[in-house]
Amino acid sequence: MFKFVSMRLLQSIVVMLVVGLIAFGLFRFVGDPINNMVGQDTTLAEREALTESLGLNDPFLVQYGRFVSNAVQGDFGMSYRLRQPVSGLIAERFPATLELSLISAFLALALGVPMGIYTALKPKSIITRGFMTLSLMGVSLPTFLIGILLILFFGVTLRWLPTFGRGEVIDLGWWSTGFLTASGLKSLILPAITLAIFQMTLIVRLVRAEMLEVLRTDYIKFAHARGLSPRLINFSIALRNTLVPVITIIGLQVGSIIAFAIITESVFQWPGMGLLFIQAVSEVDIPVMAAYLLLIAFVFVVINLVVDILYFVVDPRLRVQS
Amino acid sequence: MKIRNMLAASACVLALGAGVANAETFKWSFQGDVQSLDPHGLNETFTLGFLGNVYEGLTSYSSDLQIQPGLAVSWENTAPTTWIFKLREGVKFHDGGDFNADDVIFTWKRTLTSGSDMKGYGARMSDIKKIDDYTIQVETPAPNPILPRELVFYYMMDKEWSEKHNSVEATSPKAADATATYAAQNANGTGPFILAERQPDVRSKFTRFDGYWKDIPTNVTEVHFTPISQGATRVAALISGELDMVYPVPVQDWKRLDSAEGVRPLTGPEARTIFLGMDQWRDELLYSNIKGKNPFKDQRVRAAMAHAIDLNAIDKKIMRGAAVPAGLLLAPQINGFDADLNSPYAYDPEKSKKLLTEAGYPEGFELGMDCPNNRYVNDEKICQAVVGLLARVGIKVDLNAQPKSKYFAKVSPQNGNDTSFYLLGWTPSSMDVHNVLYNLMSSFDAEKNTGQFNYGRYSNTRIDEIAGNVEKETDQTKRQNMVAEAFSILQKDVGYLPLHQQPLSWGVRDGVTLAQRADNVLDLRYVVIGK
Repeated sequence: MFKFVSMRLLQSIVVMLVVGLIAFGLFRFVGDPINNMVGQDTTLAEREALTESLGLNDPFLVQYGRFVSNAVQGDFGMSYRLRQPVSGLIAERFPATLELSLISAFLALALGVPMGIYTALKPKSIITRGFMTLSLMGVSLPTFLIGILLILFFGVTLRWLPTFGRGEVIDLGWWSTGFLTASGLKSLILPAITLAIFQMTLIVRLVRAEMLEVLRTDYIKFAHARGLSPRLINFSIALRNTLVPVITIIGLQVGSIIAFAIITESVFQWPGMGLLFIQAVSEVDIPVMAAYLLLIAFVFVVINLVVDILYFVVDPRLRVQS
Repeated sequence: MKIRNMLAASACVLALGAGVANAETFKWSFQGDVQSLDPHGLNETFTLGFLGNVYEGLTSYSSDLQIQPGLAVSWENTAPTTWIFKLREGVKFHDGGDFNADDVIFTWKRTLTSGSDMKGYGARMSDIKKIDDYTIQVETPAPNPILPRELVFYYMMDKEWSEKHNSVEATSPKAADATATYAAQNANGTGPFILAERQPDVRSKFTRFDGYWKDIPTNVTEVHFTPISQGATRVAALISGELDMVYPVPVQDWKRLDSAEGVRPLTGPEARTIFLGMDQWRDELLYSNIKGKNPFKDQRVRAAMAHAIDLNAIDKKIMRGAAVPAGLLLAPQINGFDADLNSPYAYDPEKSKKLLTEAGYPEGFELGMDCPNNRYVNDEKICQAVVGLLARVGIKVDLNAQPKSKYFAKVSPQNGNDTSFYLLGWTPSSMDVHNVLYNLMSSFDAEKNTGQFNYGRYSNTRIDEIAGNVEKETDQTKRQNMVAEAFSILQKDVGYLPLHQQPLSWGVRDGVTLAQRADNVLDLRYVVIGK
């Protein structure tokens, strides 16, 4: 087990190096950061000097090499746009994104899994049809549209909830949390729902499909024949066998919730990493983009690792083999 | 029950707030945050305008962009290259330090350090001598009639504060560590508002400076600034009552603000002129089907372009009638504007076709166009309209609209002005005509730094000569005559195709009054919150 985990962590370094390499190869096509960093009266010579001093004239492999050797020493450079150390910026934004993602993932799971089970067990009920229609809307409406609609209804028309931002936050050491204030919690509701809807509908459909599949198998029929209670069959036997593919997908989805909170964050001006990244893209803030992409690569590697470990827990056959 | 508690709590807070006499909080939003709080870090209008509430220059703008005394009470041009400034006595910085001649000299030296983006303004002065604590003598390298105007955004810093915090050099984007960027994250000016809290990109809070030297209209005691990047969210936050003022408001949302209760759109002409430029220097256009020659070298073709573009249609259809069609590259608010020359080229597609035929392009030609899509008000839509209008006279335009970072990377001189036809907007940072002559109309010369934004490299030696003279001419009438001559030449040459001054687009809550400055700067000194 230890060997397995350490191998995976080693692999993650390779993944991150490759992601960084590709990222630096692409940065040349994002545009010119200099124009956003100086005023219109700045002379051509000064612009050229700034380009040179930032090392932007070097071939991308040289830039990449410099980035990696600094990053190894924990120095991710200075943000071009905010003129602060990138590591500090990301540390400042990370709690916002993580709190939002975790709440969304929790919402998606807490609602999605029971809904999926219900729709599989009672495929003909009216409630099932309602759930399925809703989930169809959830997968087909784009996130930003859901966000704007929620803002218009709950923020502008009813004025129950704030339309943007994170509300008041409380600092617990280096972690800033919005969980402890009323405005923080109120601010969390709309973005969390927006981010959760797509994931939730996906989970509903996945659990339902897997569950229907399992319910048709012989061992379930046999369990019924043995006279086991339907409750035991459905939740202990059928559900457990449903979970392996569900965990895989959910794991990847948690990664994408963190990585792709970008749209939700920019619609709600949620001060997280996604917003930081999207603004870095529009202003060609290369150090921020590079650090963010590496961090996301790392998050995905870790999540995959956790998923693999969960397989061991859920599926006894894997334990025997190893 | 919980909700009821929350409501009760917030009612208490409201009651408390009302109890304090005249405590007014003003909450506003812009589409982005300032990059740095260092007043010499970035010479850009929003940044400098934002910091103008905290820092001040020797001179300042009134709400209609007239020069008025700031930290200097008076100034005098005693010899062609010598100015005497009398400084205001009794002015305090926010940390309690006194403002005096040493601070001016310190500031000047600081703007010349390598990280500074205000070097250009610093270089307009060759020496500053202290005569006494409140009098300075400024030497300029050449006669400079607009020096007081160029000092508006030249913000004064406290020598002692900067030394104490190791900030005697302007923070550059390259600065290595957090101590070197102290001035980028903290502020200590003489302005009416003190920076109380700052989280870049999230929020900045300001409180009123009780020791401010001047009587100003505002009754605001606390300011909350939040950047909101999405236009729709910004507008929603205004309508929902969470914010008192937002800008820019997308043009298509004006109607919504009009019909929504408790808010209103605030529009007016901005000093920014939007225009089209054409590649007039290459022997063959980069993006065209005409090979072996450059049609834009022929004045008739440029005139044909000018007569093919219907400025009124663009104004009505795309700018909702809020733009001001322009004949000059200069807005009426700019020093040196000449109303007699501001009539646009007449819209006359027939004449345009005739000119094209005369020039040898009866069937028109194909042309590539570069356009930003997130820089100016409705920039991409304007370009699309231009494409449609030019198609009517046979010029088939292939539009390449890109985000500003990519657009400027392509068309700027660093990349060899890789464009044949482009859209650009310009507000002279000094609010003076010389800036336009120098940056847009002078021939491109990297050594002399002239024509840096003359992406099509229009060139006329007489205009170059005039640009050099206007810079030094202290006699206003002579200066204005030269300006008129330069613009007449440009118009005859059809060197550029001016479109319009774009509208300012702000959204304000009812009950809030403020001054809408033509340079798109919100000056908190004029913000008054009514009942």
